[in-house]
Amino acid sequence: MEHIRTTKVEQVKLLDRFSTSNKSLTGTLYLTATHLLFIDSHQKETWILHHHIALVEKLALTTSGCPLVIQCKNFRTVHFIVPRERDCHDIYNSLLQLSKQAKYEDLYAFSYNPKQNDSERLRGWQLVDLAEEYKRMGVPNSNWQLSDANRDYKAAICRCSQPLSGFSARCLEDEHLLQAISKANPANRYMYVMDTRPRLNAMANRAAGKGYENEDNYSNIRFQFVGIENIHVMRSSLQKLLEVNGTKGLSVSDFYSGLENAGWLRHIKAVMDAAIFLAKAIMVENASVLVHCSDGWDRTSQVCSLGSLLLDPYYRTIRGFMVLIEKDWISFGHKYSERCGHLDGDPKEVSPVFTQFLECVWHLTEQFPQAFEFNEAFLLQIHEHIHSCQFGNFIGNCQKEREELKLKEKTYSLWPFLLDDQEKYVNPLYSSTSQKPAVLEPNTVAFHFKFWRNMYHQFDRTLHPRQSVFNIIMNMNEQNKQLQKDVKDLESQIKQHKNKQTDGVLTKELLNSVRPESPALKTSLCLKEQTLLPVNDALRTIEGSNPADNRYSEYADEFSKAEPAVVSSEYGVARMTC
Amino acid sequence: MEFSELIRTGQAQAELLRGPEMPPLRGTLCVTGHHLLLSPGPQATPDLWLLLLRSVDSIEKRVAGDAGTITLRCKDLRVLQLDIEGVEATLDIARSIEALSSLESVITSFPFFYRPKGLRLGEAWHFHPPERYYKRIARETWSSPLPVPQTRAWRLSEANEDFSLCPSYPRAVIVPRAVDDDALARSARFRQGGRFPVLSYYHAPRGTVLLRSSQPLTGRQKLRCAEDEELLRAVLAEARPGARGFIVDTRSAQAAKQARMTGGGTEAKAAYPGWKRLHRPLERGRPLQESFVRLMEACGDPEQSMDRWLSRLDGCRWLSHVKEALSTACLAAQGMEWEGACILVHGAEGTDSTLLVTSLAQLILDPLSRTMAGFQELIEREWIQAGHPFQLRCAHSAFSHTRPKHEAPIFLLFLDCVWQLGRQFPLSLEFGEGMLLALFDHSYASPFGTFLCNSEKERCLCEVRTRTHSLWSGLNQPKEQRKLRNPLYVPNPLAIWPSVEPQSLRLWQGLFLRWTHPPEPSEVAWEKVWQIATDQKTEGSQPTDSASEPQP
Repeated sequence: MEHIRTTKVEQVKLLDRFSTSNKSLTGTLYLTATHLLFIDSHQKETWILHHHIALVEKLALTTSGCPLVIQCKNFRTVHFIVPRERDCHDIYNSLLQLSKQAKYEDLYAFSYNPKQNDSERLRGWQLVDLAEEYKRMGVPNSNWQLSDANRDYKAAICRCSQPLSGFSARCLEDEHLLQAISKANPANRYMYVMDTRPRLNAMANRAAGKGYENEDNYSNIRFQFVGIENIHVMRSSLQKLLEVNGTKGLSVSDFYSGLENAGWLRHIKAVMDAAIFLAKAIMVENASVLVHCSDGWDRTSQVCSLGSLLLDPYYRTIRGFMVLIEKDWISFGHKYSERCGHLDGDPKEVSPVFTQFLECVWHLTEQFPQAFEFNEAFLLQIHEHIHSCQFGNFIGNCQKEREELKLKEKTYSLWPFLLDDQEKYVNPLYSSTSQKPAVLEPNTVAFHFKFWRNMYHQFDRTLHPRQSVFNIIMNMNEQNKQLQKDVKDLESQIKQHKNKQTDGVLTKELLNSVRPESPALKTSLCLKEQTLLPVNDALRTIEGSNPADNRYSEYADEFSKAEPAVVSSEYGVARMTC
Repeated sequence: MEFSELIRTGQAQAELLRGPEMPPLRGTLCVTGHHLLLSPGPQATPDLWLLLLRSVDSIEKRVAGDAGTITLRCKDLRVLQLDIEGVEATLDIARSIEALSSLESVITSFPFFYRPKGLRLGEAWHFHPPERYYKRIARETWSSPLPVPQTRAWRLSEANEDFSLCPSYPRAVIVPRAVDDDALARSARFRQGGRFPVLSYYHAPRGTVLLRSSQPLTGRQKLRCAEDEELLRAVLAEARPGARGFIVDTRSAQAAKQARMTGGGTEAKAAYPGWKRLHRPLERGRPLQESFVRLMEACGDPEQSMDRWLSRLDGCRWLSHVKEALSTACLAAQGMEWEGACILVHGAEGTDSTLLVTSLAQLILDPLSRTMAGFQELIEREWIQAGHPFQLRCAHSAFSHTRPKHEAPIFLLFLDCVWQLGRQFPLSLEFGEGMLLALFDHSYASPFGTFLCNSEKERCLCEVRTRTHSLWSGLNQPKEQRKLRNPLYVPNPLAIWPSVEPQSLRLWQGLFLRWTHPPEPSEVAWEKVWQIATDQKTEGSQPTDSASEPQP
């Protein structure tokens, strides 16, 4: 709390990021120990977690006040104008301090209290249990991670870091180990070793005494580079992407040339292609695959987890996806705290490796709309929490560090909270049975890769579709269930009537007289009216299908300039919201 | 029949390749007056395969040894390959297809011979949009919420009964009541192609109107026309005392000025008090056609790298055209809904981008035009009867090797914009992507007569209404509906304002990539959506069905 100098500033303006008309909301800004809160004059609240703040900027003073721009790790960008420079300076300084903590114990997770007792918390941590998972895969606990494909194909996905081979070094034990893996698979004589780096990078590593396996030293291996760039390339690629899509008044041409220059979709495709290579080696050739990059916790995690997702339908369920993240990311030491910049550390260690994984999964859900039990909101929610530090799952850089921090005793696990809200994250089109080939074979032709608007613009409501297919389908499903219940109730009533009338004669008139009285039917009819209309209305008013939010033309300003205020714009507003 | 002179061969053995996901077909190939037929042997299960020759956009032949290959690129963007036995047969078939697919005569085209079962000639031609639409306006002006009585503001004029005023307008048009037919005739002479300002849409909630016309023929001498000025003055006077008007010119200010050199021009400010000109340049003609061609070139190359694809998508500028069209339509709609102003839209001829803007503006504002019936009526009224020259614009699609003359995918651009609206408001359109795809296919080549000719006058001369079937009667058959309707439709009485940011617009894969990779999983998912939606509608009636069973 010592960082907070000002807790409340009034008459602050919040500018719309994309509107050209300099439209703004006026309200009050509050600074709490964990959040920045803005309440506008309509009592609408905008909460920003300090841990989510990636960048705070104080721009040059203007006539209306001092601009403060905040960029968040969940891709929210807010632009405030604080009337007095002193207040702005105080908030700026406080946020600088609060958004970068020096030690783990100051992270939100260690103070977050969702009012659960210790046993509930422990049960939460045990919800996703890796030992169970290995049992499910039918593997004894080992250092090697094995895919479910193992059950049928006896081939395995294994992972490690790069060998310290330099130019000539070799290690007999390592060679034997690989041979053992290869032999463990009776279906195939050879195994693949996938180096997920571009060839050039791997060669450069040899000069530092590291490098890659020499095919001559290892018997029966097939070596393959798949060319995923390193964390620094990925970081600057995302940076470029965000610069492009944050531009006000972006033209279509600038957007696509920006997308091309950022290279982001090229990198996503590279990760996807690597995962497909892995899945094919296992599926088609029955070969085991050893995957590594340099350290074995970034690109390797991406490729192994995506490969597993392609091969095993279990990981495409809500619970299975949690297991996958625990297994391939958390337990194998993806350095969440460094990659997400949880603490004030080396900015060169920050990289959107996990975000890329989530984006690859999103692309898969787009190509296979029925294959995943979860929806886009689930992916966005997970992304939100890798940065929020609200739960213990993603704190720390490896299992050892996590145990030292006693996360299971001091913090809560995210998964039970997601499971409690499961209905929000369910894909209504999911069908576990319709997946004839259990293995997904995505198409990675360039056309299929699209900009993930709902991730990178998740807070820019004006860019979103104004109506939600998800909501309407959920409602329809709900109503179908209700109607099916009605049918059952009515059928049982018919049976009762039949039993009563021993003659067994049941006239149509009698049945018709039953229907309107049926309480079940009445509720369902009410349900129909209530659920369909409000969804529509609520979306319209919340999302504001409003021409003023959109930048159709510079003439929009001209309209209002020339208008001698004869036509009241309230009339228009009233119509829009009624 | 004269076709027989163009058919050079009886038949040949051939194999047909229809794309990566479809099995090849083998059988006997045969060219008829309007079709290419492939008849698999008697043991084969699939029936006759049939292609309307009119839908062939370009043809390439190659011979090697004693066999040949013909590649057909179709107007619906399909690419087909025929492997044919015999060099002579290949060349003959290729020549026959070439000759028959480029016939220009309307009255020998297939719609004049097409007699499907279950449809009667003359059906669904009862659409007389201007008349029907006038009735609707009359109804709406009666019940207008505004204080000014507007009931007598507009009238249906039959001054164009014999197409003498304007060859590209229908017989009847809606004009201000205050302007008589003689004045219309003079205004027509002052506008290119005789397209004087007529009512396109009456926006009942605000009592404002959308008009369309062609450019005024002011020329170098800056000519004026009193009747034309009076017509526009009357429009404002009828709307509301002191009402304002905006002229949305779909050309740049520069281009509009330059048009004066060739006898065209734009409305002088002083001559039209109360009206203000806004220039919103929209691409049309050759550049739009080239944009379409380049987009399809990019979509035809699955091997290209991500960077190359993005750079070609940028380079072809198709999505820029989508954005410009949508934002101009939004501007016009905004003028009516928010400013209570009257809007006149025109470019040069007033038959292309003008119609794009007026029809899109109506979809944004008018809930009725978003229903299945309303959308059909909108297309009939704002495109077909409004004189969009379909025959010229859709003579060739993206694959033709011939130099484009009058071709331009302006109607396709409209369909793409509607698709974008549907993506942003997935519940608000009663029709689905299937309807838009069908309209695209039929506008380029169709067994129905709806998109034939360039104007109502030409259709009358060719007796299209009495001698061909209407597309609408074909589409409105119950068996077609599942393909065309949007299962998620919920009537929405409000205006729909789309986002036009580049991040919100997407390439219409369902059209441009329809044949290169059939999106199978998403079709299955769509089927599931249908199932959920129809379950809901039918289940309510199930109790009665089961109730009839227990009767002895």
